[in-house]
Amino acid sequence: MLSSKTIKVWSKIHTWTSLASTAFMLLLCITGLPLIFNHELSHALYDEVEPAQMAADAPKANLDTVVANGLAKMPGHAVQFMFWDRDEPEVVFLSIGKAVDSDPEDNRFIRLDSRTGEFLEEVDFRNRLLFVFYRLHVDMYAGLPGKLFLGFMGFLFCVAIISGVVLYWPSTRKLDFGAIRRDRPRMVRWLDLHNLLGVVTVVWALTVGFTGVINTWADLIFKYWQNDQLVEMTKAYKDRALPDGPTSLDAAVAAARETMPGMQPSFVAFPGNPFSSKSHYAVFMRGETPLTSRLLRPALIEAETGKLTDTRNLPLYASALLISQPLHFGDYGGMPLKIIWAILDIATIVVLVTGLYLWVVRTRRRRAARTFLKPAYSAAAQRQQI
Amino acid sequence: MVRTAWQVFLIPLLLGVVTVVGLLSALLGDHLWDALSWLTLGLICGVMAWYWFFARYTRRD
Repeated sequence: MLSSKTIKVWSKIHTWTSLASTAFMLLLCITGLPLIFNHELSHALYDEVEPAQMAADAPKANLDTVVANGLAKMPGHAVQFMFWDRDEPEVVFLSIGKAVDSDPEDNRFIRLDSRTGEFLEEVDFRNRLLFVFYRLHVDMYAGLPGKLFLGFMGFLFCVAIISGVVLYWPSTRKLDFGAIRRDRPRMVRWLDLHNLLGVVTVVWALTVGFTGVINTWADLIFKYWQNDQLVEMTKAYKDRALPDGPTSLDAAVAAARETMPGMQPSFVAFPGNPFSSKSHYAVFMRGETPLTSRLLRPALIEAETGKLTDTRNLPLYASALLISQPLHFGDYGGMPLKIIWAILDIATIVVLVTGLYLWVVRTRRRRAARTFLKPAYSAAAQRQQI
Repeated sequence: MVRTAWQVFLIPLLLGVVTVVGLLSALLGDHLWDALSWLTLGLICGVMAWYWFFARYTRRD
C-alpha cells in the first residue's frame, strides 16, 4: 500500500527524471533504430566490394601479406590495429594511422580478403549518413563529455522507468491488465497506452538503458585497464624503443592461438599502440560461443622474438563492459532479434511521446484551474474576513 | 473493484521473467537458444500488439 503522500513523491521523481531525459532519449531511440541494422544497411546502401566466393574452410592468407597489401595502398602510414568481424570471417580489417601512436580517431579503415590477402577497399564510413547517426547516438559530436552526459541521461531514464513501475499500481488498479479505454478522451487513452507499453517493455528498456550507460564508460574502463593491468604486464619493457624489424605478425597470432586452443583472434594491437607496448603485439583472443565470443583475453607477444610474455583474462570490470555490449546492440541473435529490438525501440518512443503529452496536458490543466480558481478563492477569503 | 498490488503486478512480473529468459538465451547459445529468444521476446511484442490493437476493454464496476 502506498500512501497518497508517497505516491506524490514518486510522481515527482517520475515527472522530473523523465522531463530531463526525454529529449535525449528520443534522440537516442531514433538514432539507435537504424544503428540496429548497421551491418545490413551498410551492405545495402553502399557498394561494398565483396570478397571472392570460396569454400567455407578455405585456408586463411598469411597475415603479413595482409599487412603488406594494406600498407601498399597507404605508403608512409602505420597499421595500428588488425581486426576481424565475427559475422564476416572472409574479411579482415586494418585500422591505419599516420603513425602507430597517432590519434586513432583519425584512422583510415580498409577491408581485405582474409583468404587471399587481397585489398578490397577503403571504407570511408565517416562520410556516411549512418556515421552521423552513430555520432549523435554515442557522443553528440562532443567526445568524452558528450558520452558521459548521455550516460547521465540514461541513468535518469532508468530512474524514470523504476518510478514508473511504482506508479503503475495506483494508475491501473481500477483497470484490468492492458485495458485501453477507447471510448474516453485522448488523454485517458494515451495514459493507458503509456502504462501498457511501459510495463510490457520495462525489463528490456532497463536492460538496454543500463547497458547503454555502461557503454558510455568504455573509454574510461579501457584507460583504467591500460593503467591497471597492461602497464603491469609490460613493466619490464617500459624503457624499450620500438623494435627495428618486428617479427612476423602471422607467427605472433599463431603463438597466441597455440596458448589458447579453441579461441580466435578478435583484434591485434601493433607495437607502440596504447593497447599494447612498444615491444609487443597484443593479440586479443575471443571464444566461440555467443557469450565467450564477447569476452577477450590478450596475449602479449614480444615483437622482437615472437615469444609470448604474458596473458591474463580481462578483469571483471572490463568483462562486464564487453558482456553489456550485445545486450545494448541486440546483435547476438540474428535478424529476428534485431527486428524485435526495433519493435521494442519503437514502443519506447511511443512511451516517451505519450508521457510527454500527458505532462503537457496536465500542466496546462493545472494552470487553467489555478487561474480559474484564484479569484474565487480570494473572494471567499475576503468574505470570511468581513 | 480495486485490484491489489499483487493482482496488478502479476502479469507484468511474468512478462518480466519471460523477457529475462529471452535476453539471456540468445547470449548463452545458438540455434535452439536463439529460437527460444525469438519466441519469448516475440511474445512480449505480441502481448503489446494484442492489447494495443485488438483487445476490447469492458468497463468494470
